[in-house]
Amino acid sequence: MADTTTDGPMLAADGTPLKQSLARALRRQKIRALMLTAPLLIFVLVSFIMPIGSMLMRSIQNTAGTEYVPDILPNVVAELEEWDPTTGELPSEAAFKAMIIDFQVAFENKQHTQLGRRFNYETPGMSSLFRKSGRKVSRMDVAEITDAKAALLDVDEDWGNLQYWATIKANSGYYTSSYYMAAFDAERTIEGVQMKDPDQRIYQKLMLRTLWLSGLITFCTLAIGYPVAWLLADLPLRTSNLLMILVLLPFWTSLLVRTSAWKILLQEQGVINDIWIALGFSDRLSLINNQLGVVIAMTHILLPFMILPLYSVMKTIPPSYLRAAKSLGATNTTAFLRVYFPQTTPGIGAGALLVFILAVGYFITPELVGGADGTFISNRIYFQFSTLGNWGLAAALGTIMLAVVLLLYYVYDKLVGIDNVKLG
Amino acid sequence: MATTLPPYATTGQKIWYYGFRVFCGLVFFYLIFPILIVIPLSFNAQDFFTFTPEMLRLDPEGYSLKHYKDFLGANGDYSWLQAFSNSLIIAPLATLLSVSLGTLAAIGLSQPHVPFKRQIMALLISPMIVPLIITSAGMFFFYSSVSLQGTLFGVVLAHAALGIPFVIITVTATLSSFDTSLTRAAANMGADPVTTFFKIQMPLILPGVISGGLFAFITSFDEVVVVLLVGSAGQKTLPWQMFIGLREQISPTILAVATILVVISIALLTTVELLRRRSERLRGMSPG
Repeated sequence: MADTTTDGPMLAADGTPLKQSLARALRRQKIRALMLTAPLLIFVLVSFIMPIGSMLMRSIQNTAGTEYVPDILPNVVAELEEWDPTTGELPSEAAFKAMIIDFQVAFENKQHTQLGRRFNYETPGMSSLFRKSGRKVSRMDVAEITDAKAALLDVDEDWGNLQYWATIKANSGYYTSSYYMAAFDAERTIEGVQMKDPDQRIYQKLMLRTLWLSGLITFCTLAIGYPVAWLLADLPLRTSNLLMILVLLPFWTSLLVRTSAWKILLQEQGVINDIWIALGFSDRLSLINNQLGVVIAMTHILLPFMILPLYSVMKTIPPSYLRAAKSLGATNTTAFLRVYFPQTTPGIGAGALLVFILAVGYFITPELVGGADGTFISNRIYFQFSTLGNWGLAAALGTIMLAVVLLLYYVYDKLVGIDNVKLG
Repeated sequence: MATTLPPYATTGQKIWYYGFRVFCGLVFFYLIFPILIVIPLSFNAQDFFTFTPEMLRLDPEGYSLKHYKDFLGANGDYSWLQAFSNSLIIAPLATLLSVSLGTLAAIGLSQPHVPFKRQIMALLISPMIVPLIITSAGMFFFYSSVSLQGTLFGVVLAHAALGIPFVIITVTATLSSFDTSLTRAAANMGADPVTTFFKIQMPLILPGVISGGLFAFITSFDEVVVVLLVGSAGQKTLPWQMFIGLREQISPTILAVATILVVISIALLTTVELLRRRSERLRGMSPG
């Protein structure tokens, strides 16, 4: 027994020090875990993260069509560098000449209309100016022109509009802040950046409406989901499993099916209005294409996301706590408010955050049942994107929304933990 | 709130007890009514979206399979069927991609000592959280720049990314109850890691993998925003067709499609529930 004590570190079977050997095993384990995760990480990076990144880039890139504005108007940009629009004077003769030169190249490459549209996002009227000037400017012979300013003003007197030149100067870099200004309802004037008139601040209004309606929907799901989750947690397992199907079936049913069901039910000639008339009322209710329709339909669609987290928290609260409170003399209200309710707050937090996060980004339901005053910011993004083609503004609005959602996601992770998300 | 009402309950308690239940009953009705109502409406013989007097009298004249026939192309319009078959191509491919990559990653993430585990999980679950309009706008920009926009592959890729969170959540949940000494025992008996995976681990976590796969499938099968932006005319899926139909001239064929989709979701829900109960029974968590 005496020779078991040896000097030096403890050794593993292969003779290396145990500490080193364990560290190596741990490292190998870590590498293996990362190797297993790597294919998916690369996949998500390419198919999801890089698209998001390219949207972020879009919101600041100063492009017309596929090219950067300063690459289309290199001479104009150089000439305007010295010019100061606040003096109230038009740019120099050289700048007008540079415009004719650059415009002719742009016309050749069929970029002048895209360029006009790009500036038009910021200053209305520029699109038609660029489009109308196209052919006439392209016919000019640069070498023969002595007075470029007069020549351009002759084509269209709008070339003398100081605001137009100020817009070109403000957007002469590779990157621009103009989409974010537009997204926050600000505009660039000759005197500098200013907020638009209060009645023209459509994006602020839409963002506030999105937040307000999402909050209202979250409140509604909580108000009607809480009692249901409580009942489910309180009933014997067999009964509650059966009733749970009523919660899970909507969860599994196609979002479009649920939205179209509401669209059909709520419309003027729909089932609900027919019942209303059959009950003896004379006026049909307008339940669709307004905020009421959105709240009714979205509360229904998001309700399972509230009930499920509430249920899983309530399930862990022993019913004996309430009985103990009551046997100690608490009234029903006190027992609920001071014993039961505080224990359900993690579930309320989880459910409310999840519902709110999902509601803020909703698109399909507001688009189909929202009408004019029930649309969300997502609908406006889609409209900018597909109908107006202002991708930069769509990207800027999207980035703002993304920031809000990621902030909420961070809070959710801190409070609930994302690995605690449960499905069904 | 008590599960059963004691015989000595006061009137107030009785009112509270029944009132509570009636309220919950109404909420359950609200949850299920819009889904079930489309089923009888889809057999309407007329092009109405409400019950006709004939239907209320249960007159067989009031009912027909007209809308189902239209769905199958009886009126010469095969766009619904085409959209349905596109969906049946895209959804399984996307599911396959997200299940295979997702399961592998979930196994990796369930090992002890994973560096940056929390951050990786947050990243992998984010496609579920980020609003679809943002995801699809970004995908439009990025996929256009690599010529994937408007291709079947692009849509499959996008849908697979959307399905990943569901696979990760369900498979890691199943793996958390997996007894790792089983894999050690297999290794001890001479099985290599691949054999261990397919013979020991896979059969045990299969219910979780299938549930995750079904979630991924329904995500792709039900998705419309990405298809609108990333897809082109060649990738018109069933939700795409429904969305366009609902936004413009709403056609009663939608009722038939909705009914078919409700039946599909009932089938999927039943499968997932059975799988969940089976794995709970195996773990001795549920009375059955």
